[in-house]
Amino acid sequence: MLDYSKILSDSVQDIKPSGIRKFFDLLNERKDVIGLTVGQPDFVTPWHIRVAAIESLEKGKTYYTSNSGTLELREAISDYMSRRYSVQYDPKSEIIVTVGGSEAIDITMRALINPGDEVIVVQPAFVCYGPLASICGGTPVYINTKEENKFKLTADELRGAITPKTKLLVLPYPNNPTGAIMTREDLEPIAEVLRETDIMVLSDEIYCELTYGREHVTIASLPGMRERTIIASGFSKTYAMTGWRLGYTLAPAEVTRQMLKIHQYGIMCAPTASQFAAVEAMRNGDEDVNMMRAEYNRRRRYIVGGLQGMGIDCFVPEGAFYVYPNISKFGMSSEEFCQRLLDEMGVAIVPGTAFGECCEGYARISYAYSVEHIAKALDRIEKFISTLK
Amino acid sequence: MNELLRLLENDARLSPEALALMLDKEVGDIKKMIEDAESQGIILGYQTKIDWDKTNREYVSAMIELKITPQRDRGYEYIAQKIYNYPEVESLYLMSGGFDLAVMIKGKTMREVAFFVAEKLATIEDVIATSTHFVLRKYKDNNVIYGAVPVDERGHEF
Repeated sequence: MLDYSKILSDSVQDIKPSGIRKFFDLLNERKDVIGLTVGQPDFVTPWHIRVAAIESLEKGKTYYTSNSGTLELREAISDYMSRRYSVQYDPKSEIIVTVGGSEAIDITMRALINPGDEVIVVQPAFVCYGPLASICGGTPVYINTKEENKFKLTADELRGAITPKTKLLVLPYPNNPTGAIMTREDLEPIAEVLRETDIMVLSDEIYCELTYGREHVTIASLPGMRERTIIASGFSKTYAMTGWRLGYTLAPAEVTRQMLKIHQYGIMCAPTASQFAAVEAMRNGDEDVNMMRAEYNRRRRYIVGGLQGMGIDCFVPEGAFYVYPNISKFGMSSEEFCQRLLDEMGVAIVPGTAFGECCEGYARISYAYSVEHIAKALDRIEKFISTLK
Repeated sequence: MNELLRLLENDARLSPEALALMLDKEVGDIKKMIEDAESQGIILGYQTKIDWDKTNREYVSAMIELKITPQRDRGYEYIAQKIYNYPEVESLYLMSGGFDLAVMIKGKTMREVAFFVAEKLATIEDVIATSTHFVLRKYKDNNVIYGAVPVDERGHEF
């Protein structure tokens, strides 16, 4: 019998499997549950975008594209970033089309991190950054943002986490799970700290189009920051294209050149049909995005109002499609709260601890569901709360 | 106002409380807006979308194109009201193009529909021609796709 623990990579084995897995396994077994757990749009990709992919297949465009993606798509991305966020990226040397935002994050980490480097990860956040940094031999250094700061990163927190070993700051805004955003005024002090250093920023902007009331600002648009920033973004959340697996990186040419090697050897290129769909999305998808954003915004107000109305403390999110209520006053761990809500009322929400220990006392509720569905869930949550008083 | 109307058009069961949250308005304001829209005839009613093909109801639907020669002293209005007052008529449109009125009707059988056209519509003095098209299948109506009930198949990643 082989002892696989001696065979398998140490850095991979050292990554702890998510403790919350059993909660999700349980969820998958039950059919009667009203779920508010899903982290992807409930919309179907707009039909004209799907048609672009279908037509590409009909025309036999089933080849690999160039490693960094079709030039047509890179130009569309470049135009889009210029039009929406006032940043200029050269389609030929500064853009890589990736397999989702996830690959964009992965190749950024691998292009930058040397063993021993520290990677500052802002939490709460999507769970991939720490483990991916660890696989590269990096050490994640976590900053836990605070509810009283609206879950924004502050310059003091950043300064406190920087050491001579700091290589990279991961800035995940608009944020999953909190729904926090960073405005230009919030970003400026962060940029000021970073401008005195050689620290790079991985700005995960996958939710950039889903902000409510204020336009997203990329840190790359601040003076002196473009050269220090890698933007990881994609089509999944903006155009309801999660299954197409398509994202991109925007980074200075020298950085892009290194990332492209990893992408080239590990991936070859992003799916071709998806790239044709993405060109259509970026050129003619603004109306779809506006429609979806308006709908998410109505749901956001509805769910925040509903939760606050039943006496649950709930930070008002300004981005993404999650609410992140504070459930600590019910005197249970977030996992116990969610488990009981599931057992007693058949409603599933994600315990904060799925995102790490820093999220104890919170839960993530997705509003990528119809209002009708959310209304049913809120009714049951209210019943559950009333049994706790 | 238009945003409110669009929401109600899509789901008439949304409560004023839910609409107030969704639109960031006071409940009282929403109620007032709905009452105003009702009294001004902007909101004409609240109906339920039913896929009758999933029931045991026997029926056929048809669209009938009518060509009309309106008389000088009475325009399309007069003929229209003569037609839409029949309970069999579900919708009636004045159209541009090769014919004038489009009549959507529902009957128990094709025979019943045919008789209705022959006896009720064709006999109206200004009607000069009719052309009846039976509906074989309804795919989409009023933004609702008919057929399979959608299932949420999204993965539980987070």
